[in-house]
Amino acid sequence: MPTPLKILVPVKRVIDYAVKPRVNKARTAVETAGVKHSMNPFDELSIEAAVRMRERKNPPVDDILALSAGPAKCVDVLRTAMAMGADRSIHVEIPDAGQGQAELEPLGVAKLLAKVVAEEGPNLVILGKQSIDDDSNQTGQMLAGLLGWGQATQASKIEFDDGDRVSVTREVDGGVETVRFPLPGIITTDLRLNEPRYASLPNIMKAKKKKLEKKTLSDYGVDEGRRLKTVRVEEPPPRKGGGKVEDVDGMIAKLKELGAI
Amino acid sequence: MRKYKGHTKLVIKPGSTDEVSKVLKYCNDNMLAVVPQGGNSGLVGGSIPVYDEIVINMSRMNNIRDFDEVSGTLVADAGCILEVVDHFLAEKNHIFPLDLGAKGSCHIGGNVATNAGGLRLLRYGSLHGNILGIEAVLPDGTVMDDLSKLRKNNTGYDIKQLFIGGEGTIGIITGVSVLCPQRSKAANVAFFGLESFEKVQEAFRAAKSQLSEILSAFELMDGQSQDLVHAVTDKKRPLEGQHPFYCLIETSGSNPDHDSEKLEKFLEHVMSEEIVSDGVLAQDETQVQSLWSWREGIPECLGHWGGVYKYDLSIPLPELYKLVEDTRERLTSAGLVGDDEKYPIVGVVGYGHMGDSNLHLNVATRRFDKEVEKKLEPFVYEWIAKRNGSISAEHGLGLAKKAFIGYSRSETMIRLMKQIKDLYDPNGIMNPYKYI
Repeated sequence: MPTPLKILVPVKRVIDYAVKPRVNKARTAVETAGVKHSMNPFDELSIEAAVRMRERKNPPVDDILALSAGPAKCVDVLRTAMAMGADRSIHVEIPDAGQGQAELEPLGVAKLLAKVVAEEGPNLVILGKQSIDDDSNQTGQMLAGLLGWGQATQASKIEFDDGDRVSVTREVDGGVETVRFPLPGIITTDLRLNEPRYASLPNIMKAKKKKLEKKTLSDYGVDEGRRLKTVRVEEPPPRKGGGKVEDVDGMIAKLKELGAI
Repeated sequence: MRKYKGHTKLVIKPGSTDEVSKVLKYCNDNMLAVVPQGGNSGLVGGSIPVYDEIVINMSRMNNIRDFDEVSGTLVADAGCILEVVDHFLAEKNHIFPLDLGAKGSCHIGGNVATNAGGLRLLRYGSLHGNILGIEAVLPDGTVMDDLSKLRKNNTGYDIKQLFIGGEGTIGIITGVSVLCPQRSKAANVAFFGLESFEKVQEAFRAAKSQLSEILSAFELMDGQSQDLVHAVTDKKRPLEGQHPFYCLIETSGSNPDHDSEKLEKFLEHVMSEEIVSDGVLAQDETQVQSLWSWREGIPECLGHWGGVYKYDLSIPLPELYKLVEDTRERLTSAGLVGDDEKYPIVGVVGYGHMGDSNLHLNVATRRFDKEVEKKLEPFVYEWIAKRNGSISAEHGLGLAKKAFIGYSRSETMIRLMKQIKDLYDPNGIMNPYKYI
């Protein structure tokens, strides 16, 4: 009889994937005020993966807990997570000091998650491989280190065998790699893992009644402990438009001029 | 469309209003017929040279001349591409008051000349209200400079209105000034499945009363149109089960919290009253675009098998969908609809702008077949005339519907139109063989 899964899925509220980010006037951070925010797309994949495990029932899933650490608005992404199928959620509120200054660093998040794992007792943590705003790709790995658990990063396929082992296919340079580890463990998700579902209206209604706990960092005894200071943020230089050449000779002349041939 | 083939030996691409004027004067003096052409995205053949007309292509006139951030008035050349203009306005937190599927290629001059309706007419109204001024060249080369930026101007006949929807038959539009609203900060999109057209009407009424000023689109799609989109794109469907009708509603407003609260109440209402059978709400911008693609992708997907007979009709709401049912039954009982190559018709679908009582009846075919056309016309037009609808809601008359204008306009009205045409274009060089 396989051990039932208790899954923790951390989700982050980020600037919507389809919105073009802009640097603020002081050039210290990306402008976030009045900009549409959504759930980090990789975290959507994680929620979807957890919900599909529940639907497959082998092994059975006892609990899917979504967690977000950030400003009050994170509640929106937790509601989305619960509308997609998470059972309950925890919001660790970090009052918004504005303009990215209040954001935790990956190590801070990993330490917080380690405490949550100790308290809530999940045997599987599924994280997005990275968040699309700071692209760190560190939290899952750091959490595995802190907990001493096995990890499989950038998963494109997840399978359970009859014992308590998980096989994870990862896309690596030039092919795929399959790794296997016993529970408990960490998985980080990559784009080809699945296609997240839409939040249906009945499930959005149900999600409103699901439990959402409010916590603070001090409840878990974690301090923000930031080690990095953002010195400056700049937009990439604008792309220069291309030009047209009249004929082949023109092209060769241009290539020579640019030192390409 | 694959229905029209142009025949011309000469395409002229003027770069300024002055050049348009010289070209037209020459053509008028020498009795040469011309066809003004924008992005060539029209559906009724209005921009097609039928015999040997000279094409005047406006694509080189693509400058945005002026934008006033206080009043939101934009002045631009006719050849500007709608999407380019909208991106320009987006940078300034404004929006073009028109949006349609062909936005990536259509010109705003063409939009005005055909009085295009599109997806957000429900919210921002028709171009007859949003166009503040027009610069056009008359067939004899006269430049009509009426690029007014005034919202109110009650000084005589409003001549520019004749050019809006005039389909290039009395002159060529070279520039427009447009009143552009503020772009909404918050937009939400929901997608419903419904079990009958009665339920669709109930949902529309509920949306109007509960969402009122934030409702910006209410689009209808029948089950078969979605089946065909699915068959072509093979994308994951937004809803799990299948439904006879689908609706897409969009809200946009200035305050996300206010909008969400209203929308949630509305969604709760339509779910608990069982007006809609199932539905989803987009959680992010990517989902917004993906839900819209199920509506905007219909015309393209229907063309997958071959040609499409497209009818764009205004019908009083209660009977809006009955036309699709009647047409489907008529063609099916004639043995023309089927799943394999034997049958000319793939499917008969209905979709459109529910909010504007505007239905698109489309018949997707594997090949153009005289038999199909005979069954469709004048049947569809007679059906519409009986209900006092319009045979062309937003696509225009062009070549396709010239012969059928009598189903929607009285003899007196047609006579008055012809008088105008004769007055402005006595030699009949402007876009001949079309319109009236």
